[in-house]
Amino acid sequence: MYDFIYHRATSIGDAQSIFKNSEDPVYLAGGMTVLPTMKQRLANPSDVIDLGKIDGLTGVERDGDEIVVRAMTTHAAVAASSEVAAAIPALAALADSVGDPHVRNRGTIGGSIANNDPAADYPAALVGLGGTVVTTSKEVAADDFFTGMFETVLEPGELITAVRFPVPEAAHYMKFPNPASRYALVGVMVARTGGVVRVAVTGAGPCVFRIGEMEAALAANFRPEVIENIVVAADGLNSDIHAGSDYRAHLVGVMASRAVAACG
Amino acid sequence: MTINVGATVNGKEVSAEVEARTLLVQYLRDHLGLTGTHVGCDTSQCGACVVHVDGQAIKSCTILAVQCEGANMVTIEGLADGDTLHPMQEAFRDNHGLQCGFCTPGMVMAAVDLVTRYPRPSEELVREQLEGNLCRCTGYHNIVKSVVAGAEAMAS
Ligand SMILES: Cc1cc2nc3c(=O)[nH]c(=O)nc-3n(C[C@H](O)[C@H](O)[C@H](O)COP(=O)(O)OP(=O)(O)OC[C@H]3O[C@@H](n4cnc5c(N)ncnc54)[C@H](O)[C@@H]3O)c2cc1C
Ligand code: FES
Ligand code: FES
Repeated sequence: MYDFIYHRATSIGDAQSIFKNSEDPVYLAGGMTVLPTMKQRLANPSDVIDLGKIDGLTGVERDGDEIVVRAMTTHAAVAASSEVAAAIPALAALADSVGDPHVRNRGTIGGSIANNDPAADYPAALVGLGGTVVTTSKEVAADDFFTGMFETVLEPGELITAVRFPVPEAAHYMKFPNPASRYALVGVMVARTGGVVRVAVTGAGPCVFRIGEMEAALAANFRPEVIENIVVAADGLNSDIHAGSDYRAHLVGVMASRAVAACG
Repeated sequence: MTINVGATVNGKEVSAEVEARTLLVQYLRDHLGLTGTHVGCDTSQCGACVVHVDGQAIKSCTILAVQCEGANMVTIEGLADGDTLHPMQEAFRDNHGLQCGFCTPGMVMAAVDLVTRYPRPSEELVREQLEGNLCRCTGYHNIVKSVVAGAEAMAS
Protein backbone atom coordinates (compact mmCIF):
# COMPACT_ATOMS: atom_id res chain seq x y z
CA MET A 1 0.00 0.00 0.00
CA TYR A 2 1.30 3.47 -0.86
CA ASP A 3 1.28 5.99 1.96
CA PHE A 4 -1.37 8.69 2.18
CA ILE A 5 -2.58 11.46 4.44
CA TYR A 6 -5.03 10.14 7.01
CA HIS A 7 -7.94 12.25 8.25
CA ARG A 8 -10.34 11.32 11.02
CA ALA A 9 -13.50 13.23 10.09
CA THR A 10 -15.47 14.64 13.01
CA SER A 11 -18.69 15.39 11.16
CA ILE A 12 -20.27 14.99 7.74
CA GLY A 13 -19.44 18.61 6.94
CA ASP A 14 -15.84 18.08 8.03
CA ALA A 15 -15.53 14.98 5.82
CA GLN A 16 -16.90 16.81 2.81
CA SER A 17 -14.69 19.84 3.28
CA ILE A 18 -11.56 17.67 3.60
CA PHE A 19 -12.69 15.87 0.44
CA LYS A 20 -13.04 19.18 -1.42
CA ASN A 21 -9.59 20.33 -0.37
CA SER A 22 -7.73 17.10 -1.20
CA GLU A 23 -6.12 16.10 -4.45
CA ASP A 24 -7.37 12.54 -4.86
CA PRO A 25 -9.29 11.58 -1.74
CA VAL A 26 -11.28 8.50 -0.80
CA TYR A 27 -13.77 7.98 2.01
CA LEU A 28 -13.08 5.05 4.32
CA ALA A 29 -16.10 3.31 5.85
CA GLY A 30 -15.64 -0.37 6.77
CA GLY A 31 -12.60 -0.56 4.53
CA MET A 32 -13.51 -4.05 3.29
CA THR A 33 -13.24 -2.91 -0.32
CA VAL A 34 -11.06 0.20 -0.14
CA LEU A 35 -8.22 -1.36 1.87
CA PRO A 36 -7.82 -4.57 -0.17
CA THR A 37 -7.82 -2.39 -3.31
CA MET A 38 -5.15 -0.09 -1.86
CA LYS A 39 -3.09 -3.05 -0.66
CA GLN A 40 -2.99 -4.36 -4.20
CA ARG A 41 -1.97 -0.87 -5.35
CA LEU A 42 -5.00 -0.73 -7.60
CA ALA A 43 -5.85 2.55 -5.87
CA ASN A 44 -3.45 5.20 -4.69
CA PRO A 45 -5.45 7.94 -2.98
CA SER A 46 -3.61 11.03 -1.72
CA ASP A 47 -5.94 11.33 1.27
CA VAL A 48 -8.02 8.80 3.20
CA ILE A 49 -10.97 10.27 5.05
CA ASP A 50 -12.12 7.96 7.85
CA LEU A 51 -15.88 8.17 8.49
CA GLY A 52 -15.65 5.83 11.48
CA LYS A 53 -15.79 8.42 14.24
CA ILE A 54 -18.64 10.57 12.91
CA ASP A 55 -21.56 10.58 15.35
CA GLY A 56 -25.06 9.72 14.20
CA LEU A 57 -24.17 7.62 11.17
CA THR A 58 -24.93 4.22 12.71
CA GLY A 59 -28.10 2.52 13.83
CA VAL A 60 -31.37 1.10 12.60
CA GLU A 61 -34.84 2.36 13.39
CA ARG A 62 -38.42 1.88 12.35
CA ASP A 63 -40.03 5.03 10.99
CA GLY A 64 -43.72 4.41 10.21
CA ASP A 65 -43.85 1.81 7.47
CA GLU A 66 -40.16 2.05 6.71
CA ILE A 67 -36.93 0.70 8.18
CA VAL A 68 -34.17 3.29 8.19
CA VAL A 69 -30.58 2.03 8.24
CA ARG A 70 -27.89 4.66 8.68
CA ALA A 71 -24.95 4.50 6.29
CA MET A 72 -22.21 3.33 8.66
CA THR A 73 -24.29 0.49 10.13
CA THR A 74 -22.36 -2.76 9.73
CA HIS A 75 -23.75 -5.88 8.07
CA ALA A 76 -23.49 -7.61 11.48
CA ALA A 77 -25.60 -4.89 13.12
CA VAL A 78 -28.29 -5.15 10.43
CA ALA A 79 -28.28 -8.94 10.77
CA ALA A 80 -28.65 -8.69 14.56
CA SER A 81 -31.22 -5.86 14.64
CA SER A 82 -34.50 -6.86 16.27
CA GLU A 83 -36.27 -4.08 14.30
CA VAL A 84 -35.07 -5.52 11.01
CA ALA A 85 -35.84 -9.09 12.08
CA ALA A 86 -39.40 -8.12 12.99
CA ALA A 87 -40.15 -5.99 9.92
CA ILE A 88 -38.03 -7.40 7.07
CA PRO A 89 -36.47 -10.74 8.06
CA ALA A 90 -35.27 -11.15 4.46
CA LEU A 91 -33.05 -8.10 4.91
CA ALA A 92 -31.54 -9.49 8.13
CA ALA A 93 -30.85 -12.79 6.38
CA LEU A 94 -29.29 -10.99 3.41
CA ALA A 95 -26.97 -9.01 5.69
CA ASP A 96 -26.04 -12.24 7.49
CA SER A 97 -25.06 -13.84 4.18
CA VAL A 98 -22.40 -11.28 3.29
CA GLY A 99 -18.86 -12.69 3.33
CA ASP A 100 -17.96 -13.99 6.79
CA PRO A 101 -18.47 -12.82 10.40
CA HIS A 102 -15.28 -10.73 10.45
CA VAL A 103 -16.17 -8.96 7.21
CA ARG A 104 -19.70 -8.38 8.52
CA ASN A 105 -18.28 -6.78 11.67
CA ARG A 106 -16.58 -4.07 9.56
CA GLY A 107 -18.40 -3.71 6.21
CA THR A 108 -21.17 -1.13 6.07
CA ILE A 109 -24.34 -0.70 4.05
CA GLY A 110 -23.21 2.71 2.78
CA GLY A 111 -19.88 1.36 1.57
CA SER A 112 -21.50 -1.61 -0.08
CA ILE A 113 -23.99 0.39 -2.12
CA ALA A 114 -21.55 3.23 -2.92
CA ASN A 115 -19.20 0.60 -4.31
CA ASN A 116 -21.94 -1.21 -6.28
CA ASP A 117 -19.99 -4.38 -6.92
CA PRO A 118 -21.91 -6.42 -9.53
CA ALA A 119 -21.94 -9.36 -7.07
CA ALA A 120 -22.84 -7.41 -3.92
CA ASP A 121 -25.97 -8.37 -2.01
CA TYR A 122 -27.34 -5.02 -0.83
CA PRO A 123 -28.16 -3.66 -4.31
CA ALA A 124 -30.68 -6.51 -4.63
CA ALA A 125 -32.23 -5.53 -1.30
CA LEU A 126 -32.43 -1.86 -2.26
CA VAL A 127 -33.99 -2.45 -5.66
CA GLY A 128 -36.05 -5.50 -4.65
CA LEU A 129 -37.65 -3.77 -1.70
CA GLY A 130 -38.01 -0.47 -3.56
CA GLY A 131 -35.82 1.44 -1.11
CA THR A 132 -34.53 4.99 -1.14
CA VAL A 133 -30.95 6.18 -0.76
CA VAL A 134 -30.54 9.34 1.31
CA THR A 135 -27.40 11.36 0.61
CA THR A 136 -25.99 14.70 1.66
CA SER A 137 -27.62 16.33 -1.35
CA LYS A 138 -30.59 14.22 -2.47
CA GLU A 139 -32.98 11.33 -1.98
CA VAL A 140 -32.88 8.82 -4.80
CA ALA A 141 -35.09 5.84 -5.50
CA ALA A 142 -32.97 2.69 -5.60
CA ASP A 143 -34.16 2.07 -9.17
CA ASP A 144 -32.30 5.22 -10.22
CA PHE A 145 -29.30 4.93 -7.89
CA PHE A 146 -27.34 2.07 -9.45
CA THR A 147 -26.26 3.08 -12.95
CA GLY A 148 -23.74 0.44 -14.03
CA MET A 149 -20.85 -1.77 -13.01
CA PHE A 150 -19.31 -0.12 -9.91
CA GLU A 151 -21.27 3.03 -10.82
CA THR A 152 -23.94 5.02 -9.06
CA VAL A 153 -25.43 8.52 -9.27
CA LEU A 154 -23.18 9.69 -6.40
CA GLU A 155 -21.22 12.82 -7.27
CA PRO A 156 -17.61 13.22 -6.04
CA GLY A 157 -17.65 14.04 -2.34
CA GLU A 158 -21.34 13.24 -1.89
CA LEU A 159 -22.01 11.00 1.08
CA ILE A 160 -24.73 8.44 1.67
CA THR A 161 -26.23 9.08 5.09
CA ALA A 162 -28.98 6.47 5.26
CA VAL A 163 -31.06 3.94 3.37
CA ARG A 164 -34.82 3.58 3.74
CA PHE A 165 -36.62 0.31 3.10
CA PRO A 166 -40.42 0.14 2.91
CA VAL A 167 -41.71 -2.80 4.96
CA PRO A 168 -43.12 -5.40 2.53
CA GLU A 169 -45.89 -7.92 3.19
CA ALA A 170 -43.59 -10.70 2.15
CA ALA A 171 -40.03 -10.86 0.90
CA HIS A 172 -37.25 -13.36 0.50
CA TYR A 173 -33.66 -13.22 -0.73
CA MET A 174 -32.33 -16.35 -2.36
CA LYS A 175 -28.60 -16.37 -2.96
CA PHE A 176 -26.41 -18.84 -4.77
CA PRO A 177 -23.08 -17.92 -3.23
CA ASN A 178 -19.77 -18.40 -4.91
CA PRO A 179 -18.48 -21.30 -2.80
CA ALA A 180 -15.11 -19.59 -2.23
CA SER A 181 -15.84 -15.88 -1.82
CA ARG A 182 -19.50 -15.98 -0.71
CA TYR A 183 -20.26 -13.12 -3.07
CA ALA A 184 -23.48 -13.75 -5.02
CA LEU A 185 -23.02 -15.78 -8.18
CA VAL A 186 -26.69 -14.96 -8.47
CA GLY A 187 -28.94 -13.45 -5.81
CA VAL A 188 -32.63 -12.70 -6.22
CA MET A 189 -34.75 -10.56 -3.91
CA VAL A 190 -38.50 -10.99 -4.35
CA ALA A 191 -40.85 -8.67 -2.46
CA ARG A 192 -44.62 -8.30 -2.47
CA THR A 193 -46.44 -5.25 -1.14
CA GLY A 194 -50.14 -4.74 -1.88
CA GLY A 195 -50.59 -5.82 -5.50
CA VAL A 196 -47.05 -4.89 -6.42
CA VAL A 197 -44.26 -7.43 -6.81
CA ARG A 198 -40.59 -6.62 -7.36
CA VAL A 199 -37.93 -9.06 -8.52
CA ALA A 200 -34.34 -7.79 -8.34
CA VAL A 201 -31.28 -9.72 -9.45
CA THR A 202 -27.67 -9.24 -8.41
CA GLY A 203 -24.53 -11.14 -9.40
CA ALA A 204 -25.87 -12.14 -12.80
CA GLY A 205 -25.29 -8.95 -14.76
CA PRO A 206 -22.93 -5.97 -14.63
CA CYS A 207 -25.40 -4.20 -12.33
CA VAL A 208 -28.54 -5.09 -10.36
CA PHE A 209 -31.65 -5.36 -12.58
CA ARG A 210 -35.37 -6.14 -12.37
CA ILE A 211 -37.34 -8.68 -14.36
CA GLY A 212 -40.60 -7.03 -15.41
CA GLU A 213 -42.08 -10.18 -16.93
CA MET A 214 -41.73 -12.08 -13.66
CA GLU A 215 -43.07 -9.15 -11.67
CA ALA A 216 -46.21 -8.93 -13.84
CA ALA A 217 -46.85 -12.68 -13.70
CA LEU A 218 -46.36 -12.75 -9.92
CA ALA A 219 -48.57 -9.69 -9.38
CA ALA A 220 -51.39 -11.65 -11.05
CA ASN A 221 -50.68 -14.89 -9.20
CA PHE A 222 -47.99 -15.05 -6.54
CA ARG A 223 -46.89 -18.62 -7.01
CA PRO A 224 -43.52 -20.07 -8.09
CA GLU A 225 -45.10 -22.03 -10.99
CA VAL A 226 -46.08 -18.88 -12.87
CA ILE A 227 -42.47 -17.89 -13.46
CA GLU A 228 -41.00 -21.31 -14.09
CA ASN A 229 -41.37 -21.00 -17.85
CA ILE A 230 -40.12 -17.45 -18.14
CA VAL A 231 -36.83 -17.60 -20.02
CA VAL A 232 -34.08 -15.29 -18.78
CA ALA A 233 -31.85 -14.29 -21.69
CA ALA A 234 -28.13 -14.94 -21.20
CA ASP A 235 -27.19 -12.02 -23.47
CA GLY A 236 -25.26 -9.40 -21.54
CA LEU A 237 -24.99 -11.46 -18.35
CA ASN A 238 -21.63 -12.00 -16.66
CA SER A 239 -19.44 -14.83 -17.85
CA ASP A 240 -16.25 -15.58 -15.94
CA ILE A 241 -14.25 -18.39 -14.36
CA HIS A 242 -16.97 -18.83 -11.74
CA ALA A 243 -19.91 -19.36 -14.11
CA GLY A 244 -20.93 -18.83 -17.72
CA SER A 245 -23.74 -16.45 -18.67
CA ASP A 246 -26.09 -19.28 -19.66
CA TYR A 247 -25.61 -20.92 -16.26
CA ARG A 248 -26.21 -17.61 -14.50
CA ALA A 249 -29.36 -17.05 -16.59
CA HIS A 250 -30.64 -20.46 -15.53
CA LEU A 251 -29.79 -19.76 -11.88
CA VAL A 252 -31.80 -16.51 -11.97
CA GLY A 253 -34.97 -18.48 -12.75
CA VAL A 254 -34.26 -21.11 -10.11
CA MET A 255 -33.39 -18.58 -7.40
CA ALA A 256 -36.44 -16.45 -8.24
CA SER A 257 -38.81 -19.44 -8.00
CA ARG A 258 -37.28 -20.53 -4.71
CA ALA A 259 -37.53 -16.99 -3.34
CA VAL A 260 -41.24 -16.86 -4.22
CA ALA A 261 -41.83 -20.28 -2.67
CA ALA A 262 -40.01 -19.18 0.50
CA CYS A 263 -42.26 -16.10 0.80
CA GLY A 264 -45.04 -18.57 1.67
CA MET B 1 2.69 10.59 7.19
CA THR B 2 3.38 9.23 10.71
CA ILE B 3 0.82 9.18 13.49
CA ASN B 4 0.91 8.13 17.11
CA VAL B 5 -1.55 5.32 17.76
CA GLY B 6 -2.47 4.54 21.34
CA ALA B 7 -4.72 1.68 22.40
CA THR B 8 -5.26 -0.97 25.03
CA VAL B 9 -3.96 -4.37 23.97
CA ASN B 10 -4.49 -7.38 26.24
CA GLY B 11 -5.20 -5.05 29.13
CA LYS B 12 -2.06 -2.95 28.69
CA GLU B 13 -1.84 0.63 27.50
CA VAL B 14 0.34 0.73 24.39
CA SER B 15 1.35 3.31 21.85
CA ALA B 16 3.59 3.53 18.80
CA GLU B 17 4.50 5.98 16.09
CA VAL B 18 3.44 4.46 12.77
CA GLU B 19 2.91 5.37 9.13
CA ALA B 20 -0.71 6.03 8.20
CA ARG B 21 -0.68 2.98 5.93
CA THR B 22 0.34 0.62 8.75
CA LEU B 23 -2.16 -2.19 9.07
CA LEU B 24 -3.30 -3.28 12.50
CA VAL B 25 -1.55 -6.63 12.06
CA GLN B 26 1.77 -4.85 11.38
CA TYR B 27 1.22 -2.64 14.39
CA LEU B 28 0.70 -5.71 16.56
CA ARG B 29 3.52 -7.80 15.14
CA ASP B 30 6.20 -5.30 14.16
CA HIS B 31 5.65 -2.49 16.62
CA LEU B 32 4.37 -4.33 19.70
CA GLY B 33 6.14 -7.64 19.09
CA LEU B 34 2.90 -9.61 19.40
CA THR B 35 3.66 -12.17 16.73
CA GLY B 36 0.94 -14.63 17.68
CA THR B 37 -1.35 -12.93 15.17
CA HIS B 38 -0.45 -14.30 11.75
CA VAL B 39 -0.64 -13.10 8.18
CA GLY B 40 -1.77 -15.95 5.95
CA CYS B 41 -3.14 -14.45 2.77
CA ASP B 42 -2.97 -10.70 3.24
CA THR B 43 -6.07 -10.50 0.99
CA SER B 44 -8.83 -10.60 3.64
CA GLN B 45 -9.70 -14.23 3.02
CA CYS B 46 -7.98 -16.59 5.46
CA GLY B 47 -8.64 -15.23 8.97
CA ALA B 48 -5.18 -16.11 10.36
CA CYS B 49 -5.04 -12.45 11.46
CA VAL B 50 -8.31 -12.35 13.45
CA VAL B 51 -8.18 -10.33 16.68
CA HIS B 52 -10.87 -8.71 18.81
CA VAL B 53 -11.32 -4.93 18.59
CA ASP B 54 -13.82 -3.49 21.05
CA GLY B 55 -15.35 -6.93 21.51
CA GLN B 56 -15.66 -7.80 17.83
CA ALA B 57 -13.66 -10.28 15.77
CA ILE B 58 -12.07 -8.56 12.79
CA LYS B 59 -9.36 -9.28 10.23
CA SER B 60 -6.38 -7.23 11.36
CA CYS B 61 -4.87 -7.28 7.86
CA THR B 62 -7.84 -5.26 6.61
CA ILE B 63 -7.95 -2.38 9.06
CA LEU B 64 -5.50 0.45 9.56
CA ALA B 65 -3.80 0.78 12.92
CA VAL B 66 -4.96 4.43 13.06
CA GLN B 67 -8.57 3.30 12.83
CA CYS B 68 -8.03 1.52 16.16
CA GLU B 69 -6.90 4.62 18.07
CA GLY B 70 -8.26 4.31 21.62
CA ALA B 71 -9.67 0.83 21.01
CA ASN B 72 -9.62 -2.06 23.43
CA MET B 73 -8.08 -5.06 21.74
CA VAL B 74 -7.42 -8.68 22.56
CA THR B 75 -5.00 -10.87 20.63
CA ILE B 76 -4.21 -14.56 21.02
CA GLU B 77 -1.54 -13.61 23.60
CA GLY B 78 -4.27 -12.14 25.80
CA LEU B 79 -6.48 -15.21 26.12
CA ALA B 80 -4.57 -17.38 28.58
CA ASP B 81 -4.57 -16.56 32.28
CA GLY B 82 -0.89 -16.92 33.15
CA ASP B 83 -0.05 -20.57 32.58
CA THR B 84 -3.69 -21.57 32.42
CA LEU B 85 -4.90 -21.79 28.84
CA HIS B 86 -8.26 -20.34 27.85
CA PRO B 87 -10.86 -23.15 27.62
CA MET B 88 -10.97 -22.70 23.84
CA GLN B 89 -7.18 -23.09 23.56
CA GLU B 90 -7.36 -26.16 25.81
CA ALA B 91 -10.14 -27.60 23.62
CA PHE B 92 -8.01 -27.19 20.49
CA ARG B 93 -5.20 -29.06 22.24
CA ASP B 94 -7.45 -31.82 23.55
CA ASN B 95 -9.18 -32.38 20.22
CA HIS B 96 -6.13 -32.18 18.00
CA GLY B 97 -7.63 -29.06 16.39
CA LEU B 98 -4.33 -28.04 14.84
CA GLN B 99 -1.52 -29.50 12.83
CA CYS B 100 1.01 -26.89 11.67
CA GLY B 101 -0.74 -24.32 13.85
CA PHE B 102 -0.52 -21.43 11.43
CA CYS B 103 -4.28 -20.80 11.25
CA THR B 104 -4.80 -21.56 14.94
CA PRO B 105 -4.54 -18.08 16.50
CA GLY B 106 -7.20 -16.80 14.09
CA MET B 107 -9.32 -19.92 14.53
CA VAL B 108 -9.26 -19.59 18.31
CA MET B 109 -10.05 -15.87 18.25
CA ALA B 110 -12.90 -16.47 15.79
CA ALA B 111 -14.15 -19.36 17.93
CA VAL B 112 -14.20 -17.32 21.15
CA ASP B 113 -16.11 -14.59 19.32
CA LEU B 114 -18.64 -17.02 17.88
CA VAL B 115 -19.31 -18.54 21.30
CA THR B 116 -20.15 -15.09 22.70
CA ARG B 117 -22.81 -14.81 20.00
CA TYR B 118 -23.90 -18.47 19.98
CA PRO B 119 -23.15 -20.00 23.41
CA ARG B 120 -23.97 -23.62 22.47
CA PRO B 121 -23.30 -23.87 18.72
CA SER B 122 -24.11 -26.93 16.65
CA GLU B 123 -21.43 -28.40 14.39
CA GLU B 124 -23.28 -27.04 11.40
CA LEU B 125 -23.34 -23.52 12.83
CA VAL B 126 -19.63 -23.72 13.66
CA ARG B 127 -18.86 -24.66 10.07
CA GLU B 128 -20.95 -21.75 8.81
CA GLN B 129 -19.39 -19.29 11.23
CA LEU B 130 -15.84 -20.36 10.34
CA GLU B 131 -16.46 -19.25 6.76
CA GLY B 132 -13.79 -16.57 7.13
CA ASN B 133 -11.07 -18.87 8.50
CA LEU B 134 -9.08 -21.17 6.27
CA CYS B 135 -6.94 -24.12 7.33
CA ARG B 136 -4.58 -25.90 4.93
CA CYS B 137 -3.91 -28.87 7.19
CA THR B 138 -6.66 -30.31 9.30
CA GLY B 139 -9.62 -30.72 6.97
CA TYR B 140 -11.62 -28.81 9.60
CA HIS B 141 -13.21 -31.81 11.36
CA ASN B 142 -11.10 -31.52 14.47
CA ILE B 143 -11.36 -27.74 14.46
CA VAL B 144 -15.15 -28.02 14.51
CA LYS B 145 -14.94 -30.60 17.31
CA SER B 146 -12.62 -28.30 19.23
CA VAL B 147 -14.95 -25.32 18.93
CA VAL B 148 -17.98 -27.30 20.09
CA ALA B 149 -15.99 -28.67 23.05
CA GLY B 150 -14.53 -25.23 23.80
CA ALA B 151 -18.02 -23.75 23.83
CA GLU B 152 -19.14 -26.40 26.33
CA ALA B 153 -16.13 -25.65 28.52
CA MET B 154 -16.74 -21.90 28.33
CA ALA B 155 -20.36 -22.40 29.36
CA SER B 156 -19.44 -24.39 32.47
C1 LIG C 1 -13.56 -11.52 2.15
C2 LIG C 1 -14.69 -10.61 1.75
C3 LIG C 1 -15.91 -11.17 1.38
C4 LIG C 1 -16.98 -10.35 1.00
N1 LIG C 1 -18.16 -10.94 0.65
C5 LIG C 1 -19.19 -10.18 0.27
C6 LIG C 1 -20.47 -10.75 -0.08
O1 LIG C 1 -20.68 -11.98 -0.02
N2 LIG C 1 -21.46 -9.92 -0.46
C7 LIG C 1 -21.30 -8.56 -0.49
O2 LIG C 1 -22.25 -7.86 -0.84
N3 LIG C 1 -20.14 -7.98 -0.17
C8 LIG C 1 -19.08 -8.75 0.22
N4 LIG C 1 -17.90 -8.14 0.59
C9 LIG C 1 -17.79 -6.68 0.53
C10 LIG C 1 -18.27 -6.07 1.83
O3 LIG C 1 -19.68 -6.19 1.90
C11 LIG C 1 -17.91 -4.60 1.98
O4 LIG C 1 -18.42 -4.23 3.20
C12 LIG C 1 -18.43 -3.61 0.99
O5 LIG C 1 -18.11 -3.91 -0.34
C13 LIG C 1 -17.84 -2.22 1.22
O6 LIG C 1 -18.28 -1.67 2.40
P1 LIG C 1 -17.29 -0.94 3.39
O7 LIG C 1 -18.09 -0.32 4.43
O8 LIG C 1 -16.23 -1.88 3.79
O9 LIG C 1 -16.73 0.24 2.45
P2 LIG C 1 -15.28 0.78 2.13
O10 LIG C 1 -14.43 -0.31 1.60
O11 LIG C 1 -14.78 1.58 3.26
O12 LIG C 1 -15.69 1.77 0.96
C14 LIG C 1 -16.16 1.30 -0.31
C15 LIG C 1 -16.41 2.50 -1.25
O13 LIG C 1 -17.56 3.21 -0.84
C16 LIG C 1 -17.24 4.57 -0.53
N5 LIG C 1 -18.08 4.90 0.63
C17 LIG C 1 -18.11 4.27 1.82
N6 LIG C 1 -19.07 4.77 2.61
C18 LIG C 1 -19.67 5.77 1.90
C19 LIG C 1 -20.74 6.67 2.18
N7 LIG C 1 -21.40 6.63 3.34
N8 LIG C 1 -21.10 7.54 1.21
C20 LIG C 1 -20.45 7.56 0.02
N9 LIG C 1 -19.43 6.76 -0.29
C21 LIG C 1 -19.04 5.85 0.63
C22 LIG C 1 -15.76 4.57 -0.27
O14 LIG C 1 -15.17 5.81 -0.51
C23 LIG C 1 -15.29 3.53 -1.25
O15 LIG C 1 -15.17 4.06 -2.52
C24 LIG C 1 -16.82 -8.94 0.97
C25 LIG C 1 -15.59 -8.36 1.34
C26 LIG C 1 -14.54 -9.18 1.73
C27 LIG C 1 -13.25 -8.54 2.13
S1 FES D 1 -4.09 -12.47 6.62
FE1 FES D 1 -5.89 -11.39 7.14
S2 FES D 1 -7.43 -12.59 6.26
FE2 FES D 1 -5.61 -13.65 5.64
S1 FES E 1 -3.26 -26.27 11.18
FE1 FES E 1 -2.02 -25.78 9.48
S2 FES E 1 -3.21 -24.23 8.51
FE2 FES E 1 -4.54 -24.95 10.02
